[in-house]
Amino acid sequence: MVNRLVFENLKHRPLRTLLGVVSIGVEVTMMLTLVGLSHGVTDDMAVRNRGTGADIVVRPPSSNLFSLGGVGMSEKIVAMVRQEPHVALATGTLVQPVGGVFNSISGIHLDEFNALSGGFRYISGGPFKGPHELLVDQVEARADHLHVGSILKLGKDWRVTGIVESGKLSRMFADIKPLQEEYSQTDKVNFVWVKVDDPANIPVVLAELKEKFDDFKIYTMEEMTSLLTPDNVPVLKGFTDVVIGISVVVGFLVVFLSMYTAVLERTREIGVLKALGASPGYVLGILIRETILLAIAGSVAGILMSYGSQFLIANFAPSFLTMEIVKYWWPIATGIAIVGSLVGTLYPGFKAARQDAIEALSYD
Amino acid sequence: MIELRDLTKIYHTGEIDVHALRGVSLSVARGEFLSVVGPSGSGKSTLFNILGGLTPPTSGTIHIDGRDLLKMSDAERTDLRKKTVGFVFQKYNLLPTLTAEDNIAIARDIAGNKVEHEPQFEQILTLLGIRERMHHKPRALSGGEQQRVAIARSLVNHPAILLADEPTGNLDTENSTAVLEILRDLNTRLGQTILMITHNPEAAAYGHRMVRMRDGRIVE
Repeated sequence: MVNRLVFENLKHRPLRTLLGVVSIGVEVTMMLTLVGLSHGVTDDMAVRNRGTGADIVVRPPSSNLFSLGGVGMSEKIVAMVRQEPHVALATGTLVQPVGGVFNSISGIHLDEFNALSGGFRYISGGPFKGPHELLVDQVEARADHLHVGSILKLGKDWRVTGIVESGKLSRMFADIKPLQEEYSQTDKVNFVWVKVDDPANIPVVLAELKEKFDDFKIYTMEEMTSLLTPDNVPVLKGFTDVVIGISVVVGFLVVFLSMYTAVLERTREIGVLKALGASPGYVLGILIRETILLAIAGSVAGILMSYGSQFLIANFAPSFLTMEIVKYWWPIATGIAIVGSLVGTLYPGFKAARQDAIEALSYD
Repeated sequence: MIELRDLTKIYHTGEIDVHALRGVSLSVARGEFLSVVGPSGSGKSTLFNILGGLTPPTSGTIHIDGRDLLKMSDAERTDLRKKTVGFVFQKYNLLPTLTAEDNIAIARDIAGNKVEHEPQFEQILTLLGIRERMHHKPRALSGGEQQRVAIARSLVNHPAILLADEPTGNLDTENSTAVLEILRDLNTRLGQTILMITHNPEAAAYGHRMVRMRDGRIVE
């Protein structure tokens, strides 16, 4: 019976209910979008790293997992790695930031990189041949509306010679030699990708490399990709926590205002319920159920809206942003929305529960 | 059924004490239909609120169905409203979002009863003439129909006393007469104890007995 009253109350004020649902939906979407971006960006990095085909990665001593560019190491190290037993292939790449914080080009030795990764699959065009020529992947091409022959302004003008399938290391590739010289990184690389002759030999090669290059950061591909999670990016985690906090506050305020006005509007009805013998708990229970229903409906709306976020990000956001739908966060975001909403209901709820029946009945 | 002795009620409004009841003594027998008349401010509504357990008296003794109201906690007075007293208000006070049927059902739910009323209750709905109107919301009902739904709601938990506060105050003559006839019928056929507050002498005449209040006292 109370459920019917709750449902009818929500139906009785459709605009307020809709606003409540949409507001909680926005709260949930904010959470899911940010979590989706965190996972999307890190998972995309993991996928693209795996796409190189390497088994082991060597990084400069001062690097960390998420510093893509940074100070390079001498390219001579690639030759030294190649000499290790069981190393089938090794190639160096230079990730060079260009024209903005989030834009970078990976300088590669095309033949070596093709041998390591199995080669690019060209969707259109072909390989770069000279300086200031670029290969871009299809995500980058879609985000920046690029086609073969397009000029991309990244500090300098870069001409697109080919569009390749995504999933191999980077979004933009250029010949490493001119890139090194252009950015004063001659003979420098910041990644060495190593292919081992047999997967069974990966631990052996890893141990040898760690012994020989003890200051360097050396990971197996499995280890590296497992570390590429939002929890391992302190800034990202802090940022996510802040946005979730803001979302909860927004949800709390929306529900607080909605329920506060609902309680004022229903003062007389609360008086009637009390005259019929409704206890404070019964009255509070009505508002709590109403809030939970609102929060669940808002969460469903938020989950649906997060697909909209994903569409917008895929089509209109810069290519370095990738959003995933992180389903295991649905109940978490719903739980956070419910808890925030319930906290927002506490004051109006207790106000209603403590309402004096006689005053409430004389309220017009 | 109802025994009041030297009942007083003082409302503290700011620095002023308002003496709403100044020593009311009254006995109402089981099955009696008592009318309480008096002008505005005579204390009728305060008496109604105290008898209904909506507010405690300041002093005096008050027993309803053998239970001492003065010793009751808030929770016990809430329980009294669920099981012992049924209210009928001047403004009907139906919940606007629920149908007539659900307005009655929620009173049962609050009292901890099954939502569906007993088959015998159909007799009361027939007597009230609202059986065909049960699926309508209050806004689709006339004032007379709303008041009859409110009467049905007040009776659905078989209260010992029906308290009616100006039940015809918002109704036209025809509907007033119908509602008063129904109250008298309920009293006659079911032996329902009724205490009706009114300022209308014609309405008061439907009761077995009438008491008149003025300035917080019963004057005759």
